[in-house]
Amino acid sequence: MKKLVLIMLVMSIALFGAFAGGETDNGATVSTDGSTSMEKVILSLAEQYMADNAGVNVTYNPTGSGTGITAALEGRCDIGLSSRALKAEEKESGLTETIVALDGIAIIVNADNPVADLSIAEIADLFTGKISNWSEIGGADAPVVPIGREAGSGTRSGFEEITGVEDACVYSQELTSTGAVITAVSQNPGAIGYASLASNLDSVKAVTVEGVVATEDTVKSGEYKIQRPFVFATKSDTPLSAAAQAFFDYATSADASSIIAGAGAVPVV
Amino acid sequence: MNIKEFLATRGYKDNPGRLMEDVIHLIFLLLGLVAVGSVLVISIYLVISGLPAIFKIGPVEFLFGTRWASTAANPEFGILPFILTSIYGTAGAIIIGVPVGFFAAVYLAKMAPRKVKDVMELCIGVLAGIPSVVYGLVGMTILVPGIRILFGVPDGATLFAAIIVLAVMILPSVINVSLTALEAVPHEYEEASLALGATDIETYFKVSVPAAKSGIFTAIVLGIGRAIGEAMAIMMVAGNVANMPSLFKSVRFLTTAVASEMSYSSGLQREALFSIALVLFLFIMIINAILNMLKKGGSSK
Repeated sequence: MKKLVLIMLVMSIALFGAFAGGETDNGATVSTDGSTSMEKVILSLAEQYMADNAGVNVTYNPTGSGTGITAALEGRCDIGLSSRALKAEEKESGLTETIVALDGIAIIVNADNPVADLSIAEIADLFTGKISNWSEIGGADAPVVPIGREAGSGTRSGFEEITGVEDACVYSQELTSTGAVITAVSQNPGAIGYASLASNLDSVKAVTVEGVVATEDTVKSGEYKIQRPFVFATKSDTPLSAAAQAFFDYATSADASSIIAGAGAVPVV
Repeated sequence: MNIKEFLATRGYKDNPGRLMEDVIHLIFLLLGLVAVGSVLVISIYLVISGLPAIFKIGPVEFLFGTRWASTAANPEFGILPFILTSIYGTAGAIIIGVPVGFFAAVYLAKMAPRKVKDVMELCIGVLAGIPSVVYGLVGMTILVPGIRILFGVPDGATLFAAIIVLAVMILPSVINVSLTALEAVPHEYEEASLALGATDIETYFKVSVPAAKSGIFTAIVLGIGRAIGEAMAIMMVAGNVANMPSLFKSVRFLTTAVASEMSYSSGLQREALFSIALVLFLFIMIINAILNMLKKGGSSK
């Protein structure tokens, strides 16, 4: 019996050592905290960075842009993540904003819908039910069927924020993936939906917004309006730790572009 | 040395076969406990994680609130739309699915020629084996546009589409269980009825069906259980908007309410999703209790 206990003890120590080993090499941790919309971008970046730099651990705490900014300001994390530009007072309180990527959201309608251009005000009215028939804005006589994402989705919160329709949308369907939204829009002649720019929009028609086609270039130049920045918020006066600075440099370098694009956002470098 | 003494006291030394026997018993007991353990873990976890949010929101507001807006600036967590949708959807599926399944079972048990019966049973077996995501996919691409065109509604993703999908999904269990019950009716009953001059149809509906009554009820309750617990298929056809239920409106069921928001949820929203799961769990427990009562009632006759 004593032997057995001994063996188990040795085994558990060995296991513990194996698991802890990765971190004991140099034990560097980079903590990020904030926007849930940036989850895919930040996790893709972290995954690649951790694969390239053994021993560094990048953590992500999905709390929301506001919480992330506060956490960065109070020093509870290395990098605060925000899916909106920092407000003037946030910058004055000692934060620097660095845009790592842009998030463009395409407005999609059925391929047979003759409407080709919408203003942001029209888009808001279509989603809130103020415009209930496409004929009101020069389309065919068909009821408007707004199709969106589920509550909590980053695309939904981004879309609703930019068009100013938070909590006011009258959805006909709330689907759980971009693909489902695109399929539903492709099947209903009166449907309108939104989807990340990076998704495959072949089966539907992406309308121009205030005359601008949604492409990576127009998002980058700022001409396409339905977009928002993905921001790293860092303290202006205190420098980042060496590990955090290295991750920050990586995320803002050209090396990270393909990773950011792969995660569905538009890289800025 | 300890082990030797232990072996001696239990008499294993003289009888090595007994040691083997006891070890195997132990293994089987442990395997049996896997199921018991899972049930306990799930129940306890669900109650612990589901109850707090109910009290934070208020049991009355939670169960009878008519508005669900979990990520709004002023969030509201009323799940009455989900509860009613689940009840209406299940009832609708039963109203459509049970008669179809029941008559199919009567036909298969009593009237169908051997070859027809074999083919139909094969089809029903295949129907039972189709994954629910396939039901959803077909519903999404055929049923939803079909309803939009046939009924002239703006969007076909409605409670009605969900009811149709659920009705088809419960068919195999309704048919199979009713069929087994009908086939178990002793032939003497039917022969006696026929000998007294009743026609075939009279015999089936006045003798065979009443004799198989409890089995048919079991089939219905099984169908209810299947329909109320289904998530994947109806998530793809019901539209998932938290409206109060209405036949041609987009609706959200208890199951889809949990499934659709879980991936990005946080804080009270997440806790409330567990509370919805708890409510659903209670619903299904009640249905299982009814099922057990029916089974007992059936066997005591």
